[in-house]
Amino acid sequence: MADYEPVLLRNVGVENSHTLEVYRAQGGYQALAKALKMTPDEVQEEVRDATLRGRGGAGFPAGVKWSFLPKDRTHTYLCVNGDESEPPTFSNRVVMEKDPHQLIEGIIISGYATQAQAAYVYLRIEFHEPFHILQKAIDEAYAAGLLGKNILDSGYSLDCYIHRGAGAYVCGEETGLIESIEGKRGYPRIKPPFPAVEGLFRRPTVVNNVETLCNVPHIIERGADWFKSIGSEGNFGPKLFCVCGPVNRPGCYEGPMTITLGDLIYDNKYGQGMRDGKEVKAVFPGGISMGVVTTDELDMVMDFTDPAEYGLLGIGTAAAVVIDNSIDIRTVLRNVARFFALESCGQCTQCREGTSWMYKIATRIEQGAGRIEDLDLLIETTGNLGMMPGLSICGLSDGAVFPIRTIVQKFRAEFEEHIRNQEPGCVEAALAVAN
Amino acid sequence: MVWQAIDRNEAVIDPEAPAVLSAAVRKKIESFLPRYETRLAALLPALHVVQDELGYLSHQAMKEIAEILELHPSQVLDTLSFYTHFWTHPKGRKVITVCRSICCETLGGNKLLEAIKAKLGIDEHETTPDGEYSLVTEECLALCDYGPCMLINEKVHKCVKPEDVGRILDDPNNDVVDMPRSDLFDGPHEAGK
Ligand SMILES: Cc1cc2nc3c(=O)[nH]c(=O)nc-3n(C[C@H](O)[C@H](O)[C@H](O)COP(=O)(O)O)c2cc1C
Ligand code: SF4
Ligand code: FES
Repeated sequence: MADYEPVLLRNVGVENSHTLEVYRAQGGYQALAKALKMTPDEVQEEVRDATLRGRGGAGFPAGVKWSFLPKDRTHTYLCVNGDESEPPTFSNRVVMEKDPHQLIEGIIISGYATQAQAAYVYLRIEFHEPFHILQKAIDEAYAAGLLGKNILDSGYSLDCYIHRGAGAYVCGEETGLIESIEGKRGYPRIKPPFPAVEGLFRRPTVVNNVETLCNVPHIIERGADWFKSIGSEGNFGPKLFCVCGPVNRPGCYEGPMTITLGDLIYDNKYGQGMRDGKEVKAVFPGGISMGVVTTDELDMVMDFTDPAEYGLLGIGTAAAVVIDNSIDIRTVLRNVARFFALESCGQCTQCREGTSWMYKIATRIEQGAGRIEDLDLLIETTGNLGMMPGLSICGLSDGAVFPIRTIVQKFRAEFEEHIRNQEPGCVEAALAVAN
Repeated sequence: MVWQAIDRNEAVIDPEAPAVLSAAVRKKIESFLPRYETRLAALLPALHVVQDELGYLSHQAMKEIAEILELHPSQVLDTLSFYTHFWTHPKGRKVITVCRSICCETLGGNKLLEAIKAKLGIDEHETTPDGEYSLVTEECLALCDYGPCMLINEKVHKCVKPEDVGRILDDPNNDVVDMPRSDLFDGPHEAGK
């Protein structure tokens, strides 16, 4: 593989990279000056030509999303999704801590392209350090005339506020996020209308992920053709990957979307292999919502299309957690099932009940009181609660379906062996208590 | 998320009770209003400020927040009861938040949690009798590269082993964050360090 020149992480490792002074010395805010000399439509067009796909999970092209804003609007809001609650994702945190001005420049350019009056950066409450760093960077930007009224004498004005969440995964969903900014429970909204038409305060709104917006200054500075020179058709541009678990070098890395999952775990540029002689048993390559792959499937390419070949929902957040073979697969199933049961907002019956029942069944299996038919019951349940069959309001339910389905399908033999080796009578005892 | 039931047989707020929000807090809440199109939108920031000041959100505090934001008190309770971060009863001076998600658990997060419980003699959602610590677990804290991890108030503790628990909890400054910091680089690192 040719040497890859980092783009999004290029300032990581530079001393005081979070300050305006250093960001400027590294060439920062030149893209903004360039963008403000273009018309908003020209900026939008450049981003659309680059086919920058959203990095928050769904992979929708950002330029196309922006073009859905009604032409005759009076208000526009930009919401920046920094909720980052999908286990095990931490790339937005790294960007915000190390290079907050890159994000702010992306916000201002994207705000200009969409003619937004205000940008709200939604941060999960557990992000204390990122909050302090980003707030300080925003203050610096205001003081330097990069935010506020008449930015760099262009006539364009933008305010930028941080809105902190309070502990709810579903507030990462774009309409849950909007409700949460409005001061309500983070219940996702029924779509349509989509946020571009009716979003925050019922005004046209764009919601984009932190990493998506960080790409925008680079597209403006170097052009759509440069962006398309990285990666492959449909998967253009630089991408952040996370790798964690028992690998030698857990962390956030940048690369083209042509690397494989195996590269991410073993390559010297990334995870550098397993530590203490451990062996890979399973990997959730795109955040837990996307599903699991086995050790035989590490040739999966970390792009938007290949994961579907392996039974996954998509590339998600491109954050891989490695499970080594000392871990009981029943523990993995229970942990993942609990996440969705506890984070389901409860609006849709089948999501609320389905995730809770799957958690109960998974707990019973883990405690050594599973039945073979529980495995079929889990699979059946996963077919009955998602947005895919048109049953739910938001994608959390699909995020629950894929990991549970793929864990049970791909590790069925191991489950069956555990169940066969259980003490006789423990199933009946457990069910008697449950009833 | 949190579901909570209230005993409706007893008046939850004494109408004669003195105000609990200080003038400074009220001013801070007012300062959020120009950011948003509606007063309701200032509710989450207001709840954060009040919880930081008072330690938790009492019914009296909810009522006063409602007055400032021109809401009904039940709207305040409706919103805050959705979010796990808000406390409606007193908590310890320091809150320990241990990650329980997949990466941390498979790296030994459970043993860490057990060590903390043993050291403090409390279970999850409990507070030590001296009011020093409350213990909770949360889903992924987005610090998975440093798992198993935990927060003590705002302070991040990375790659914590069960044997580190005694030392960390005995340190009176275990929640001190030295912000703003300039040496922020901690990029790729050796596992377990
Ligand atoms: C349950 C759920 C949780 C989500 N959490 C996040 C999140 O934490 N961060 C994020 O950027 N997108 C998250 N998303 C995706 C957002 O709904 C939305 O697609 C994204 O913010 C759009 O930005 P993008 O187009 O730039 O990717 C989540 C979606 C769902 C269904
Ligand atoms: S799918 Fe689940 S999380 Fe999403 S709105 Fe419905 S109940 Fe809530
Ligand atoms: S799994 Fe513990 S911080 Fe992400």
